[in-house]
Amino acid sequence: MDVPHLFILNESIRNLYFHVCMWFSMMILFGVSVVYSIKYLAGFNLRNDIFAVNFAAVGSFLGILGYATGTIWANYTWVTDQNQSLGSILKEPKLIGAAIALLIYGAYFVLRGSFTDMDKKARISAVYNIFAFAMLFPSIWIIPRLVGSLHPGAPGSDSGNPALNFKDIDSRLRMVFYPAVIGWTLLGVWIATLKIRIQLLKDKTLLHD
Amino acid sequence: MTKFMVRCLLFVLFISTSFFSFAQEKPEMADAMRSNGKIYVVVAVCLTILIGLFIYVFLIDRKISKLEKEV
Repeated sequence: MDVPHLFILNESIRNLYFHVCMWFSMMILFGVSVVYSIKYLAGFNLRNDIFAVNFAAVGSFLGILGYATGTIWANYTWVTDQNQSLGSILKEPKLIGAAIALLIYGAYFVLRGSFTDMDKKARISAVYNIFAFAMLFPSIWIIPRLVGSLHPGAPGSDSGNPALNFKDIDSRLRMVFYPAVIGWTLLGVWIATLKIRIQLLKDKTLLHD
Repeated sequence: MTKFMVRCLLFVLFISTSFFSFAQEKPEMADAMRSNGKIYVVVAVCLTILIGLFIYVFLIDRKISKLEKEV
């Protein structure tokens, strides 16, 4: 597949099929997790809690992969011959926001681990999961787009790095990008269901209701 | 005196050659990653994801085998 020929990005535009898809499927999996958390709070069925925690786990795993691939990509595109250094990259609002979002989800698992009572654990972590999902939007999507950022989508990227500022995604990229999003999401859902089935087998006696 | 001069000249030559060689030395890793239109950045990203997935699936596999022993 041919890709748009861009300066600075060059062939690394193909990372769109990996890095961006990771975040897409992470958002979808976190969304599914929140739905199950709300379902748990509606009926207090422990099965829904197991679904919620495993979808959140695979979602954060994809988030960590997205973060790791983002650092590799940024290392060879944001650090250019202009005055961008590692220091200016570490100040990136997108990176800080993504780190905060992942740490909030990290706290979700810490919170779960700190309870001994199962019902209390499920109930409080379900409420926390809703908060964590709500925090995703300001930390990843809103704040980095209000302040200047090297990451595409920011208003400030006009000044610093014009090559990264493609307002709309190219149709050639779109042909691979959307199927890739679906594919990565299905892979994430598959891994999550494997984890859920393990957990359901483990808690077979508890769930017998 | 001439001996001293020759020695000085040699010293200067040695220093300058080492300087030149230092100036020509570039970080090889970055060059490789920036060559061929940065395609190796994509390779690195793919490998990161693959390795990450393998580790994750391997951990799940271990969980399953632990469960198999219990049942």
